[in-house]
Amino acid sequence: MRALTWHGKHDVRMETVDDPEIINPRDAIIKLTSTAICGSDLHLYDGFIPTMKSGDVLGHEFMGEVVETGSRSTLRKGQRVVVPFTISCGSCYFCQKHQYSCCDNSNPADNQDISEFGYGNRMAGLFGYSHMTGGYAGGQAEYVRVPYSDVGPIVVPDGIDDDKVLFLSDILPTGWMAAENADIEPGDTVAVWGCGPVGLFAIQSAMLMGANRIIAIDHFPHRLELAAKFGAETINFQDVKVYDALMEMTGGIGPDAVIDSVGLEAHGLFVDNVVDQIKVSTFLGTDRIHALRQVILACRKGGKVSVPAVYGGFVDKFPMGAFMEKGLTMKTGQTHVQHYTQALLAAILDDKVDTTFLISHRLPLENAPEGYKLFHDHQNETTKIVLKPGLEKIQVEMPA
Amino acid sequence: MSVSDLMNAPATAARDGEVRAQEAGRDESKVTAAVVTIARPAQELYDFWRDFSNLAQVMENIERIDVQDRNRSTWAVKAPGGRSVQWESVVTEDQPGELLAWQSVEGSEIRNSGRVEFHDVPGRGTVVRAVIAYDPPGGVIAQLAAKLFQREPALQARRDLRRFKQFMETGEISTSARTRAEATDLPTAA
Repeated sequence: MRALTWHGKHDVRMETVDDPEIINPRDAIIKLTSTAICGSDLHLYDGFIPTMKSGDVLGHEFMGEVVETGSRSTLRKGQRVVVPFTISCGSCYFCQKHQYSCCDNSNPADNQDISEFGYGNRMAGLFGYSHMTGGYAGGQAEYVRVPYSDVGPIVVPDGIDDDKVLFLSDILPTGWMAAENADIEPGDTVAVWGCGPVGLFAIQSAMLMGANRIIAIDHFPHRLELAAKFGAETINFQDVKVYDALMEMTGGIGPDAVIDSVGLEAHGLFVDNVVDQIKVSTFLGTDRIHALRQVILACRKGGKVSVPAVYGGFVDKFPMGAFMEKGLTMKTGQTHVQHYTQALLAAILDDKVDTTFLISHRLPLENAPEGYKLFHDHQNETTKIVLKPGLEKIQVEMPA
Repeated sequence: MSVSDLMNAPATAARDGEVRAQEAGRDESKVTAAVVTIARPAQELYDFWRDFSNLAQVMENIERIDVQDRNRSTWAVKAPGGRSVQWESVVTEDQPGELLAWQSVEGSEIRNSGRVEFHDVPGRGTVVRAVIAYDPPGGVIAQLAAKLFQREPALQARRDLRRFKQFMETGEISTSARTRAEATDLPTAA
């Protein structure tokens, strides 16, 4: 089959690799019909995530048709399914508590050492996201092997476009959980850093959860426009000082809840960010946390901090004093996708959530390497790229 | 020292090397302990383990265990350098649903012993604690080689217990292989 493979920083290629097969009884093989590039794929593309190996197949936002099932899979051939990016066994203590992204079993036994060493506990398996999370082949390919297919994939009705349901795989539940983790109360003002797909879905979710005001922060005008369409007030951090603007907008109190959907590659020419970049490039630190520092300083006393953004390693100059003295609460984590898919599918079918607005590009899977470059180099214009397997390669125009 | 004392002084704590050695009756450098919590009843886990022939399904370097009678079994184990070693093992302690211990018979090529405890923990399942001791084939050099091939005892015990947990909780052993050819070692492969 054809698949997008990782070979190093800014080096991804379309290659022909072995087709996946049923290995365990609960497996299913899915023939992919749509597969997206995620913002977190750019962290792999930029070489920020350790334990990647040359030839790894990327991709963790995908859907398609069931073409083969193991003896204990509950899926049937021909069903259309969206597959969560988290691989979860459904039977361990964590899955039973619906903390699916903490699954004890989906990371292969030999791979668990890496995350036990790095994080103190074994992490769940994820599709196409380094060997620390299992080394599973991802779904930017024609076919994918889905383990524990009786727990993860959600069957979607025929007649509904891929584009409408594809994001159940990651970013829609991730945005929803980000808002849920902000424990929004009636009357709350919620500030969201980063208007990428997760931030934009967090804004929509926070609205549905009854936020009084939402303030969106970014520097890409197009992304801020999208946030405004969902009713958010906006701050462009290139034009104003974010902290000062937030204080003015909230009567000197600060937002009640704050959401960091930026993560370890924060943009911007700020002193701490430049120092972080030097530390990262000289291995004195791994993650740049400019956004997270701002989030904590701006949050009101006793407020709530939600972190859906990806962090991988150690951070420097974390404002622990502000965090403690102000009595903040932080909730974070990889998304427990399986916990949210059923309710969010219903919300999509009832037109309560808009998902398709996000898609800026639809490309053949064969153009995936250009897709990565486009998403990486032109974030204002490129909000989301959906790849379609089985189409001829085309000429892709790069914005000026 | 009783088992309950040992639970208060975990064998995995660094200061307890002496306890581990005492417990296993061996040189401490060759003794390893590992612990895992499994969301299944203790009796079910004990029953699986009590039939030693089951262990080849979850232990990566065990080729085969042939059971002679309730207390005696022959173990065939993969050793460094593509070798295979065999020994006969005899049950030395047996408390149904709670504890099982075994030891290689006198004169075995690899002198070894093991002990596994099953403790009921309401709401969580069973805490399984294993203590494995063995003299590696070919002494210290072979142990170094084994480490390189990831057959080092501490690593092996930890990984084997994780596979035991995966198998008992999910009915299969997780693999990220894409093809059956890549998953040849997997005992649960379809």
